[in-house]
Amino acid sequence: MLKGRKIIAIGERDGVPGPVIAECLEGAGYEVVFQATECFV
Amino acid sequence: MNFENQGVIKRLADQYGPENLTVVLGNGEANGVEVFAETVTEGDPSYAGPLAGVALKIPVYHVLEEEVMTEVPDKMREEKLQLSTLVIDIEPMHQVLEASRAKL
Amino acid sequence: MSELKESIRPVRIGIEGVSYSLTHVPDLVRYGSKPLREIRAKPSLGEQLAQQLRDFDAATAYAPHQVYIGNIAPEKLSELPKPWYERLIEGATREGRFGDLVDQDEFYAILAGADQFNLASFEENWFRRHSAPHAIGRAPKLRPLAEIQALCEKDALPLYSGKQLVGAFEPGHAEDANLIAEVLLENIAAKVTASHSLRSLLKTLTLRPDDIDFVISCSEEAVGDRYNRGGGNLAKAIAEDVGCVNASGCDTKAFCAGPMYAMVLGASMVQSGLAKRVAVVAGGSLAKLGMKFESHLKKNMPVLEDVLGSFAVILSPANPGQVCMRLDSAAFHPVGAGASPQAMAEYLAEKPLAKLGMKLTDVDRYAVELHNPEITVPSGSGDVPRTNYLTLAALAVMRGQIQKNQMEDFVRQRGMLGYAPTQGHIPSAIVYLGHAVDALQRGEIRNSLLIAKGSLFLGRMTQLSDGCSFLVDRNKT
Repeated sequence: MLKGRKIIAIGERDGVPGPVIAECLEGAGYEVVFQATECFV
Repeated sequence: MNFENQGVIKRLADQYGPENLTVVLGNGEANGVEVFAETVTEGDPSYAGPLAGVALKIPVYHVLEEEVMTEVPDKMREEKLQLSTLVIDIEPMHQVLEASRAKL
Repeated sequence: MSELKESIRPVRIGIEGVSYSLTHVPDLVRYGSKPLREIRAKPSLGEQLAQQLRDFDAATAYAPHQVYIGNIAPEKLSELPKPWYERLIEGATREGRFGDLVDQDEFYAILAGADQFNLASFEENWFRRHSAPHAIGRAPKLRPLAEIQALCEKDALPLYSGKQLVGAFEPGHAEDANLIAEVLLENIAAKVTASHSLRSLLKTLTLRPDDIDFVISCSEEAVGDRYNRGGGNLAKAIAEDVGCVNASGCDTKAFCAGPMYAMVLGASMVQSGLAKRVAVVAGGSLAKLGMKFESHLKKNMPVLEDVLGSFAVILSPANPGQVCMRLDSAAFHPVGAGASPQAMAEYLAEKPLAKLGMKLTDVDRYAVELHNPEITVPSGSGDVPRTNYLTLAALAVMRGQIQKNQMEDFVRQRGMLGYAPTQGHIPSAIVYLGHAVDALQRGEIRNSLLIAKGSLFLGRMTQLSDGCSFLVDRNKT
């Protein structure tokens, strides 16, 4: 359920942040339509 | 998942169709992943956010799951994700998310 | 950032003293950002909240608070039985080795004493009985109860002590969104809690206010008006409040990494000779009170985010044998670095340590984001310090400095459990400085690396994360 889909990246600051997920998925050839990083503190 | 992001996901689902979208998470701990998954599949379980009662059925992955990792180019994976594989225990998250995807 | 030539010439700035305060304000939790919004949407939550607030004795005897004010070492926290909010510390005192707990009655008194625009009015009988003993500064504005009620019916924020209405906090301007009562209360709470910490520190060090040359505030607030929402310089207001007549000041803002930057800038002023004694201060964040209150209510826990955290540090030229900031170790996270945990750990730990000829395993104690997990775990926010320590340990593994099966040892030996309230800037490494100074003075550790992070993306001006770090060690004798 990944191939051919557009990606929404919701990262976490101390986990894997949004921009990092986005870069990695773009590097894999996906289109990232939204990325955000959640910070709970 | 914060309400702002729920709202954006709802709009994107309207724009692209939920069947064309996949969410990829970067949570640091398993605690909370289940709620995130439920939010974009069945709807916000707290019934408080924009996705309250809205079942988008968008599949959810964690960036460190094998299905996602194998797609990322080697060098990028080493530089940007390798360290996180030592920090984050992906197994419990993988189980939760695989179960969530199986229901779709 | 240009690569500096490797040469190890220590640049040390003396840490004359550190003081931390926790101001217990249970009846202001309702004005925290999350409770304010949620209670407006669902008023019955206000009653539920009121039932789960704890009293001053419970806040005092709360183990993480005793660690915060210096009465219990952070290493000991892991040995104490949980839940800490139930297993209170017997014989706990509000005075700490390097700090104190302030109760709400005293908070109202110091608020009144610093209120130059008569924003706050208090019910005369209540104030005379409860707050007057703590009165400091200006005379409070006292009114009969009927007038307080009339103000609250208009546009003032009601101030309570338990169920009793004891005061009113008015807006500063009828048409300025940045001078509404909620904003001004937030700002003045930061001001007076910072002032209190600085006053306490001066007293401990037997210094006079006029011994301070400059004040830098790194509080979480936005002092300003509609033409300049975050104009700031709360520092100067704090300097005035404390009586530092020889000092001016300015603010440093960098989300939660603010205090660490403020320390670097303050130390730089001392190093350059521009100032001899710089006070770096921060007041508490009213906005963050009760941030996770819903999950605490759901789990039948007391509302733990009921304290305003503040601190003061005084920096001056280093003396022999003194515990110091290594200004030459100050590290930043450049724009091009990338947001991955690896990049952050490289720029904030590995590279600055390498400049000093050190490895990750040469640091005796790391201080990271030290949020109290008892507050964060019930709401699904995780154990923030642990994740940050594991990240450092993971980098050490990748560099071959430790084995993968030594990661937990790394975390246990060089890390600690979080104990700071979720006040944003306070948990972000700086909270550990007092204990670092103690441990260094006792020779228990040789050094400590403090690493703070800032979530700049929250302000919607950039997607970037940020951070700032420096090492603390002892000067040669």
